[in-house]
Order: sequence, then structure tokens, then C-alpha cells
Amino acid sequence: MRYFRQKAALGFHRDSSSRASVRLLILILIAAILPLHSTDEKHIMIYAPNVSFSLPITDRDGREYVSLLECVEPLGTVTTRTDGLHWRLHYNDGDSEFTAGKNRAKIRGHDVDFPGNFLLENGRGLVPLVSLGTLLPRMLGAPVSFNPVSRRLFVGNVATHLTAQLSHTTPPRLVMNFTAPVNPTIATEPGRLRMTFTREPLVAPGTPTLTFGDKAIPSATYAENNGVAELTVNGTVPLMASFSNDGRTITVAPTPQQPAGPAPGTPAAGGPPSAPSPANPAAPVPPSPRHYYAVVDPSHGGDDRGAALSDTLAEKDITLALARRLRQELESRGIPTLVLRDSDANLSVDERAIATNTAHSTIYIALHAASDGRGVRVYTALLPSGGENNGPFIAWDTAQERFVPLSKVAAQVVAAEFQRRQISVRSLQAPLRPLNNLTTAAIAVEAAPPGTDVMDLNLPAYQQNIASAIATGIAAVHNQLGVAP
Amino acid sequence: MIPRHLQIAVGILLLAVLGMGFYAGRVRGRAKQPEAAADARPVAPPAQGPTERVTLYVANDAAGILRAQAAAIPLPSARQQRAEELLRALLDIYVSKDSPHPLAAGSEVRAVYLVDPGLAVIDLNAAFANGHRSGVLEEELTVTSLIQTLAANLPNTLRVKILVEGKERETLAGHADLSATYDTIAVSQLVAQMQ
Repeated sequence: MRYFRQKAALGFHRDSSSRASVRLLILILIAAILPLHSTDEKHIMIYAPNVSFSLPITDRDGREYVSLLECVEPLGTVTTRTDGLHWRLHYNDGDSEFTAGKNRAKIRGHDVDFPGNFLLENGRGLVPLVSLGTLLPRMLGAPVSFNPVSRRLFVGNVATHLTAQLSHTTPPRLVMNFTAPVNPTIATEPGRLRMTFTREPLVAPGTPTLTFGDKAIPSATYAENNGVAELTVNGTVPLMASFSNDGRTITVAPTPQQPAGPAPGTPAAGGPPSAPSPANPAAPVPPSPRHYYAVVDPSHGGDDRGAALSDTLAEKDITLALARRLRQELESRGIPTLVLRDSDANLSVDERAIATNTAHSTIYIALHAASDGRGVRVYTALLPSGGENNGPFIAWDTAQERFVPLSKVAAQVVAAEFQRRQISVRSLQAPLRPLNNLTTAAIAVEAAPPGTDVMDLNLPAYQQNIASAIATGIAAVHNQLGVAP
Repeated sequence: MIPRHLQIAVGILLLAVLGMGFYAGRVRGRAKQPEAAADARPVAPPAQGPTERVTLYVANDAAGILRAQAAAIPLPSARQQRAEELLRALLDIYVSKDSPHPLAAGSEVRAVYLVDPGLAVIDLNAAFANGHRSGVLEEELTVTSLIQTLAANLPNTLRVKILVEGKERETLAGHADLSATYDTIAVSQLVAQMQ
């Protein structure tokens, strides 16, 4: 080995040009290998008054490039023409002319220099990413704000601003007001609640770290990267977010919890205690600020789309729409209601069960949607085998066992209300989590289309009728469940 | 001036890189193709043994119920193979052209393990679960159909666990719980409730 190394070294010293050849070869090899492993795609997010869109970024000669046509096409009427090395783009009422390999363009009759050269690839004009802040204001005739580091570009006055204020109540509530409706993806993990804003032109608050001086919610941080803005609320207790004011307000508060033991007013005072959760076995929890009579669970959400009801309709969206209507219907009947997911958030079935059991509600209603069949199906739990409950120790898989009679009563009354409204209904048991993990009366309602068209699941009138039927049934059953709302 | 032997070496290496790239592309393409094809292949030879009359519980999507359907199929004498053949006969109906409860092409029962006392473990292939339609009732019909068919034809089957590719899976297609072990008596009551 030593011999070969020396000989190779001699060879390289003999002619410096041979070193260049080897370098070239190494570069070719790296270039051949890299594409196989490159998975982290770069994007730029463009926000304009009526549209927000994401574009891929390509690397050329170590510089980030983006297709200029794709940048402006969604914003107006665009035509392009290639003439040798010249590339002309007509946007609305203005012309721009670029030349391949040059860093000067003529835009609306004026010469504009920009960093990096224009590239022309198969009739596709590419400009350096950093040049967008120079080129687009002149091409569009509108103010443009561009952050090349986070790859977010704002056309016109579209920015959504945020103010956050902590209310030092017990428990504390962090109220965030936005200047436009937002619908972030929400993910919770120990010690934080993360909101990811992909489509919203959210801009940074005055300072990237907001401190509140509260023990439960000490701070929040804002960050943006690769076209996405992220707001992370740090907490020392499990947090949850709720939306109000048509999506303009997000309130973050500790997950409603009560001390372990029979909840005041639950069906069997002194009866079944709450099931220990696998994730949070016996953590001491603060008293709940509000007793929720009903917990509504829009199934699926986030990465879990549920059933693909059509090419464009996902189950998770129907369940969320139904849940919002159901909350409105229940609260209009004086029934305090907690919706477990009020945005496109990821929630595991265990998290849903934990939130429901700690809320000590009287009734849990899961919402599902399906494309097959007609009308609605009302389910109670089909309990699995095993899982003996011994005294205060309740098996997680069969925690529902003692509540099955109450669940069946609730299911019957809700089904009767559907029948009364001439909505086709079936009552069944189903092996459907988290029903079997809940220490409260629990039902699931699966909505199918009223007729042959699955898109009718999206009809507001149909959704309202379903929500109203469930709410009427729940309101009617409260005496049988043993607790007044 | 680059020595001639280095030019030749670089040229050969360039050709080798291009050749390897082309070969890698073809291998990757080939590796993807058999996935679908392999799923469609039968996982066991046809059963041999005397033909016996059995009752299959066949899901019917239109009615949303299970229908008991008599069938005559060759069944081996060994209990475990009998269980597998029963479920394969059921799946033959589901993947047929006029299936009342269509399953994805290539859906198969890999094996059934009978574990005393009274536990049957059904191992489905990935095509079965990955291609299954998502919905509470659709998935429930499939699960109960498998369990009820086993329980009705193999007395002493008290509990059933369903695996996919030998591993536990949370749900069949987003709804029906596969993490738990099913009680056959509870499933029989549910099937009766469905009628």
C-alpha cells in the first residue's frame, strides 16, 4: 500500500494538469452520486393579494435559481418568446427582455442590473433567486418584499401581522390575534405547541422571542425557513390551541384537566375513575377552568387525511367542518363543548383519549365521513378481548367497558333523532379507537352522502342537519346520562 | 499538456461512470416493478384434500352486512392449513370480478397461526391492508368477515389477532383497530346485530 501511495504522489507532481483531470473526474462522480441522495427540496413561497404559491428552487453553478415565468404566471397574463439567446416576457402591459449569460435585463424600457447571470434552459428562463427582489418590483409594478434567507416573497401589502398577549388568569391563556384569518398546521410535543404557517403571509412580530413571564406558558418563538413560518409556544404543561373570530384569533391554553378521581357530576359519582393513560400515567393536573359536557372529536387531521372521499375531498376536512357545526349546535343548546381539533392538526388516538378522559366530559362524539352507503352510521365501541379492570386499575384497551350501557343509550337517542329527520341511519358496534379507551359515554357518527354524489357531503345544509340531529339527541339524552348540561 | 495515458484513463472512467449510471437507473426501475407483480402471486400452492362443506361469512357492501354463504372447498387435515384455506376461499370471492366487497388485487392471507388456548393469528400481506378502502364500515366488514369465518368453521377459536406482514398495525386502513385482539363471541354478536 505504501508503495502505491508514493507512486501515485509522484505521478501527480509530474504534471499539475493531470491533477485538474482527477479533480474533474471526482466532480463528475460526486455529481453522479448526489442526485440519488438529494431529498431536501428547496422552495420559495410567494404571497400575493389573491394567491399564495410555492416554487421549487434549482441550483446552478453553486447559485440558487428560480423560473421567472413560474414566478409571475399566477399573478397576471404572461406570454414568453425565445429568440436565440434572447428571452422576452410580456407581463400584463409591460415587456422584459433577458439575455442568456448576462446580468442585465431591459424591463419596461429600463436597464436593470441584477446579481448573477440569466440562464436559458429549453426555453425556460432562470434568474438567480436573490435577484427577485430587484426584478419583480419593476416587472410587476408593485412593491415587493423579499427575504432570500427564509425564501419568502411578499407582493404588495399582503402581510399578516400578529399580536400576542398573555392573560394571567388561572389557567393562563395566550391570545394571539392575526390581521387576517389563518389556518396553521398544529403539532404538539412535550413542552411545546408548534404552529406551521405555509400559506399564510405571516410576518415576524417585533421580536422573534416573546416572553410572558408565566410559569405554564413562559415564551413563544417565531422562526421562518424554506418558505414556511413557524410559531412555537413553549409550555411546562400540555397545551392546546383553539380558533375563534373566523380564524383571526388563536388561543393557547393548558389542556383542560381535573384532579384524578370522579368528576363532579359524572354519571357515577364515586364510580369509575379515569383511565391511566400510557403517555401520562398519574401526572398531577390543575383544576379545569371549565367543565365540558361534550367532547367533539373531528377524526383524522394533519398528515392523516382519512378516507379519500373524492379526488379533492378528504375525510379530515369534512369531519372538521361537521365538528365546528356540532359545537355551535351544542353550545346554542347550553351544552359546553370542547372540540379536540379545531384546525388541520395531527392528533394520535391516544392523545384524543387522554384529552377526553382528562376533560371528564359526560359524552364523547367522534365524527367520521365515508363515501360508501347513504345517510349516517352511529357506532359504539366493540371492546377487544382481555383487559381486566381491577378496582381502581382500569385497562387502557377496555376502559370503556363500564360506560357501554350509557354509550348505547346515547347512540339510540341520536339514531332516533336521525330517523325522525328522515336521514337513513344504522346503529352498530365498531372496533374503532379511541372509543374503547374512554371513561365516558362515547359514540362515533360516520356521515355518508345523502344520495349518490359524494360531494354532497360538503353541502352546508346536509352538514347542518347532521350536526343539529346529533345536538338534539345529546340534549335529549342528558337526563338518561345522569347529568344536566 | 495532459499525458495521453491520463486522457485515456479519464475517458475510460467517464464511460464507466455513465455506464454505471445507466445500469443503476435500470436496476432501480426493475426493482420497483416486481413489487406490484409479486403481490399478485399466490403465496401457497392449491390446497389438497377431500372437499368439505364450509360456511363463509361474506361481506356485502350494498347491504352493509355479512351473508353466510355455503361453499365446498378442498381442505387439508391439519388445523392450521384448514384455517388458511378457509380464508383463502373467502378472499377468492373478494378479489373476483363480481365481488360484493372488493379488495385490492394481490390481497392475500400469508398464514394463520393457531395458538392454544383458542387464539388464532391471521397474517395478511401488505397489499391487503395498503390497498384496502378506508371507512369505518368497509373495514369493519372485512375484519368481522375474516374472524367470523374462522370462528364458525374452527370451533374453539376464542380470540383472533390480525397482523400485516407479520407485524402489528394500528388500523386496517385508518379505522378498524388492529392493535387489539378480537373476542370471537363479541364479533358473532356484532354479526348478528348487522343482519
